[in-house]
Amino acid sequence: MGLEGIGPIRALLSEGIRPINVGLDLFADALAQQGVEAVRVAWRPPLVEPLPEALPLFNDPGIAAANQEAVRRMMGAQPVLVDVARAGDVLPGMTARTFLHAGPPIDWAHASGPLRGALIGAMLYEGLASSPEEAIRLAERGEIELAPCHERQAVGPMAGVISPSMPVMVVENAQGGNRAYSTFNEGLGKVLRYGAYGDDVIERLRWIERVLAPLVKAALARSEGIDVRQLIAQAVQMGDECHNRNKAGTSLFYRELAPHLLETGAPPAEIAAVLRFIHGNDHFFLNLAMAAAKTMADAAHGVERSTVVTTLARNGTEFGIRVSGLGDRWFTGPAETPAGLFFPGYGSADANPDIGDSAITETVGLGGFALAGAPAIVQFIGGSPSDALRATLDMYEITVAEHELFRIAALNFRGTPTGIDVRAVVRTGILPVIDTGIAHREPGIGQVGAGIVRPPAVCFTQALRAIEEAFLAT
Amino acid sequence: MVVVAEVRPGTYHDSVTLMAVSAALNQLPGVTGAALVMGTSLNRELLAESGLSTPEVEAAGPNDLVIVVQATDESTARGALAEAARRLAEIGATPVSQVEERPRSLRSALRRAPEANLTLVSVPGPFAPIEAEEALRAGHHVFLFSDNVPLAEEIRLKRLATELGLLLMGPDCGTALINGVGLGFANVVRRGPIGLIAASGTGLQHVTCLIDQLGGGISHGIGTGGRDLSAPVGGLTTLAAIEALGADPATEVLVLISKPPDPAIADRVLAAATAQGKPVVAAFLGAELPSRPGVTCVPTLAEAARHAVALATSRPAETVRFDEAVDETALARARAGLTPTQRFARGLFSGGTLCEEAIWVLSPVLGPIWSNVPLEPGYRLPDPRRSREHTLLDLGADELTVGRPHPMIDPTLRIERLMEEAADPATACILLDVVLGYGAHPDPAGTLAPALEVARSRAAADGRALPIVVSLVGTERDPQRLSAQRAKLEAAGALVSTSNVIAAQLAGRIVAGARRPTHRGVEGDKS
Repeated sequence: MGLEGIGPIRALLSEGIRPINVGLDLFADALAQQGVEAVRVAWRPPLVEPLPEALPLFNDPGIAAANQEAVRRMMGAQPVLVDVARAGDVLPGMTARTFLHAGPPIDWAHASGPLRGALIGAMLYEGLASSPEEAIRLAERGEIELAPCHERQAVGPMAGVISPSMPVMVVENAQGGNRAYSTFNEGLGKVLRYGAYGDDVIERLRWIERVLAPLVKAALARSEGIDVRQLIAQAVQMGDECHNRNKAGTSLFYRELAPHLLETGAPPAEIAAVLRFIHGNDHFFLNLAMAAAKTMADAAHGVERSTVVTTLARNGTEFGIRVSGLGDRWFTGPAETPAGLFFPGYGSADANPDIGDSAITETVGLGGFALAGAPAIVQFIGGSPSDALRATLDMYEITVAEHELFRIAALNFRGTPTGIDVRAVVRTGILPVIDTGIAHREPGIGQVGAGIVRPPAVCFTQALRAIEEAFLAT
Repeated sequence: MVVVAEVRPGTYHDSVTLMAVSAALNQLPGVTGAALVMGTSLNRELLAESGLSTPEVEAAGPNDLVIVVQATDESTARGALAEAARRLAEIGATPVSQVEERPRSLRSALRRAPEANLTLVSVPGPFAPIEAEEALRAGHHVFLFSDNVPLAEEIRLKRLATELGLLLMGPDCGTALINGVGLGFANVVRRGPIGLIAASGTGLQHVTCLIDQLGGGISHGIGTGGRDLSAPVGGLTTLAAIEALGADPATEVLVLISKPPDPAIADRVLAAATAQGKPVVAAFLGAELPSRPGVTCVPTLAEAARHAVALATSRPAETVRFDEAVDETALARARAGLTPTQRFARGLFSGGTLCEEAIWVLSPVLGPIWSNVPLEPGYRLPDPRRSREHTLLDLGADELTVGRPHPMIDPTLRIERLMEEAADPATACILLDVVLGYGAHPDPAGTLAPALEVARSRAAADGRALPIVVSLVGTERDPQRLSAQRAKLEAAGALVSTSNVIAAQLAGRIVAGARRPTHRGVEGDKS
């Protein structure tokens, strides 16, 4: 080149321009008339006008470094399934009347149908109430404590209700020591997490508590723990995005668990029942992936000046996010109703607003962010693999890193977009894409479809205002 | 009169697209005002000032498309809203797939084009610093067209650019020429040894065209933004450009174009310029400063071009002249039909600097001139929508272009005003500029000429002559072709000059009548 020594401005004058155009097409057109092609950015206005004094925050090198540190911790977390325990024994702050739920904080009066149904079911399961009516009276009188799973190191899909007697899987970050917990997935159809609380639902929960949980616990005791991050990385290359498709992950987990299960010496009928249960539920792996994702997100939380999102969660009424550098504060807005495909006999009028902690997968670069690698479920987002590809590609616009382990074959093994930056969401107006199941708005009916949903923009605009307040003051 | 509005949440079109639709709505019978804008706080304020606001509009956000129509009655207004919807649907129907393939952020574009070295930014001012800073931090030079960028941000970004050794042209930079390629609004001019640094886009366009007309050529033209030589900014871009052009082997003469700078900054900049060892022409417009060793100070764009060409060709300045002779017969004819009521000059400019220069030329001839960019602060028009006495207007100013295309892109706005001025029996002469080049309207003369004819014939029906003078900025190699544009304007009865100073002087002679007052402007114009 011979131009290195002369400074960039003189290099520009002698080499001429190789332009990118952000804004009016008129200028790119004028360059094209002169034979110079500009790369044209499809710019859109940000979600909100930043305060003039906050403009430097958008390209602040300190924030960029903090965000890199946050995703380094997120990707470096190494979740291992180590044990099964009773929720009341291991989750912080659990009393006999504590009921955890998905999403940001909420009270009974504002809870949606599926969440109310799941709470009723959990009260019946705990023996606190002997009838749904009694459970409702208890809840109305405020005699149970409601708290978000996310504030107790736990995550739960859909209603996400965890009560003290429920067994939970214990996932530990081998790199950082932080733990996260999740219940076992009950399968599809009429299940507690969709707000069903009939006898069959409670019966299944008891079977999980009496048969499944002790056997898995015994099997794990014979293992050195199961490296969930490795299973996720493999599953992503086998067509899972670990949110709405967990077929590969479930199969991989089954292979890991089976020999240890056999060696427990439990009655063959019980082992067979456990293996059949896992085999019969393509979403068995979901809860495990969620707990693993929670350890990753928690590892990334609390990095000073980081604007990376560490929680995306919904309670059926509100969507809430939390941000690494903004403490435990929730930024909430009304949950939207997912768009997608419905089971026969149901339609969008039956759909409950978005619900569940399962968007923890999107928080760490899975779910909708890995959709390009999950062609089997693309019909939920419009039908063609190119739609899925587009959805994932868009997420690179709002994330700070490409995942080191979770790689998508369809993108030449490019790492999934990881670590949502609040600033990038506000700036581009591109909201995270979340794969989701759709619950019926009435309790007890269950899943009626699946599709995609986005958080309300207000979560991110509020978070930006908080970033402006917190970061400009210091 | 009713005002109706429609707000479309989360719908975005770029401002040029919106302006084209606004212009079409404004042509509908019964529509007295229409605007399509994104609901930024600035746009909402401007709409409110124009009486085009409603409660829905006040509640809109920057991501919402706002459509407002003011009309004689409700059904006309609703009809215009429907027309807007139809036109937007047409626009939306074609290029979507193409747009989808585009990167959705600068970050993606930077990743996609690692070899790129410059970013043009023309997004609304409140957001522009974010894009500009990202480009700078990626090692890009920046052409920042956006206006309404906070001063504090300009200073911060220029310091960053200085630190990184990069060129930040702008904010509010309309024109640059880098290595023969025009950025923004630029003309096709000969390459040569004259390097320009300009705080004004139309100023840079005019000087480069005049240099071309005088046979000279341009190495580079670097825009700095209008505030660069103010005390708070300190001339950071100008200084970087001086250093680069000083070291540039293709540049032999430096030309600085700006409004009169802060005196301390002027000293610093001129010292830096002369230190390069190349002759310097400083056109500090409207200021007659004494020249100093190595620096020729001139007050007009035309003088800057003349002296630059003289220095580049080592000829005495007196021998470099514009070969344009004033057509005295045409001038006399134009003057002859004026009635005693016709006493005032009315100027309708698309280029702010051209307007200011014309005011400076005409003030000693005609006396004080009202404007939205006045020479004397006391002559700022209280309402720029209404002329009084002698009035010269920058029609490209923000307060007149809310939701409407800039007159350089679309002449509609200017034609409306032209008809109003033509109908005023006190108007003695209308002075216009027409700027050619990349980015400008593809045939401005072709659009203006019929309007000029209508205006003149209406005045004639009223028993008045209506002299029209056009300052035509462009070159023969511009896409619009200077000679073709000139012919169309002259056929419509306009007196045309390719020098803004001469055009202003012509207007002055028409309005001032037979008396030959003291002119200021071009020394070479002693014909």
